[in-house]
Amino acid sequence: MSELQAVTTGTRTWACYDCGKCTATCPIARAGAQYSPRRHVLAANSGQKAEVLEESGSLFTCLTCSLCDSRCPAEVAYTPLVQKLREVAYKEGVEPDCPHGGALQSLMRMMARGGTQQDRMGWLTEDMKTTPDQGEVFFFTGCTMYFDTLFPELEANTLDATRASVQLMNRLGITPVVSPEERCCGHDLLWNGDRKGFEALARFNVDLVKKSGAETLVASCAECVRTWKLDFEPFFEGKPPKIVHISELLAERLGELPLKGNGGRKVTFQDPCRLGRHLGVYDAPREVLDALPGVERVEMPRSGKRAQCCAGGTWSHCDRYAKKIQTERLKEARATGADVLATACPKCQIHYRCAMKDPNLGGDIGIEMRDVAQLALEALGEEDTSH
Amino acid sequence: MNLTKDKTGVMTTARKGWNPRLVVFACNWCSYAGADTAGVSRIQHQPHFRMIRVMCSGRIQPGFVLRAFEKGADGVLVSGCHFGDCHYVFGNEKAVEQFEKTKSVVKMLGLEEGRLRLEWISAAEGARFAQVIDEFIEQLRELGPSPLSRARSGDEAAGALTPEAEEVEARV
Repeated sequence: MSELQAVTTGTRTWACYDCGKCTATCPIARAGAQYSPRRHVLAANSGQKAEVLEESGSLFTCLTCSLCDSRCPAEVAYTPLVQKLREVAYKEGVEPDCPHGGALQSLMRMMARGGTQQDRMGWLTEDMKTTPDQGEVFFFTGCTMYFDTLFPELEANTLDATRASVQLMNRLGITPVVSPEERCCGHDLLWNGDRKGFEALARFNVDLVKKSGAETLVASCAECVRTWKLDFEPFFEGKPPKIVHISELLAERLGELPLKGNGGRKVTFQDPCRLGRHLGVYDAPREVLDALPGVERVEMPRSGKRAQCCAGGTWSHCDRYAKKIQTERLKEARATGADVLATACPKCQIHYRCAMKDPNLGGDIGIEMRDVAQLALEALGEEDTSH
Repeated sequence: MNLTKDKTGVMTTARKGWNPRLVVFACNWCSYAGADTAGVSRIQHQPHFRMIRVMCSGRIQPGFVLRAFEKGADGVLVSGCHFGDCHYVFGNEKAVEQFEKTKSVVKMLGLEEGRLRLEWISAAEGARFAQVIDEFIEQLRELGPSPLSRARSGDEAAGALTPEAEEVEARV
């Protein structure tokens, strides 16, 4: 079976009956770009690598947000198709015009190669209880320390959610493993077509967590959770750890947290595409928000399965259409009357905050952004240190 | 170290052994012209660098430098016009902003800070260009090959040159 045949078989592109729902629902196509998911399906069905490469320009503009997957009546697995076609294109030497000068891709590839001792623990404060190697719960921090260093002007402070997650776990009596050896989960290399780089990272991280003896892996980044749950599967030997997003852990153990009011605030939730449509986790973050005293949750018209993506998930593309998608979404969030836009993925924070920096629109689309973990931590009273 | 003096008293590097790979980003208006001045003034300096000319040092974002390290550079030099001399007035101030970010990321990644440098070199400063290059190459010799190029699996041995590069190296 040829490479493309394997792709079409695995993603059911043969079942496409050309109805065009994917293109009609695609956020980029709707923003006005010359872009059509259906063309990629047809290119794959042609069985010709040349056809795929011809579409490679737009192949990397896909947000991989899975909105079209959820609409397709023929159940074509469009998002996995794009991932596979990007691998085909990457092997042929096609690279996305990486935003940020490819800084993030380079970082990940260097981490995949290894050989250096990272200095990635600077964000930990003394009051946080963590252990560097062995423990029951592994906290996979992800790349937030790198994001904050590369984008200080956005003031996304994605590390705040990372810190909040550790503090919340501490309050639940968990001392998580936070390893200085951890490397990027490889999510973005995989979604940029670099399977070799991804596999090196996957093997390394799976081995690291195995050595820690952890039975549960917690991450505050929706992309890390997706990658661990779905893409690392072939690399586990023996029993894989239980993989949860911090919001799932909190939702499970809400009763143990002494939550107090933090003032009447309206909060609306932005479902990260990785957590929502990719993993089907819609309720956990909402349960956490609902449990916070003084927080009133309001929903945007497009939420849950219909949620709009932040338009920058895989660091593979950014253009005026992405900006348009972000601007519209922020307007939608403001129209709910919410004071805070909550999310559960650092990339959502980075991309929406970048859109808010537009000097022409800032006033119209500005809204406070917080991670669910941060909101939960803020609602906690002072720690009772008497016991 | 394999530095020896040839008959004319010029320092040359023995061809065998390890030579660092330095990537130099230079702005079109000052530093690149500075290198040119070094050349036309026949100022001798170490040859182990590859130069990339950009219109302004402000263009040199973290991604450029990180890519150089990813591709196996042992060191990266970012150079531009002195403050107040920038052809685009504030470009080099942008360069500092970008460089600070790059430096933090490189440190976080675990590369030695001595592998990255920012220098202002004007079009007239040919001697200074040569001096900066010589100093930096010396520093890189002391640091040895980049840990990233050492960790490269399946590639040529760390620091070893491809046959074509070997040939170029032999000519200098």
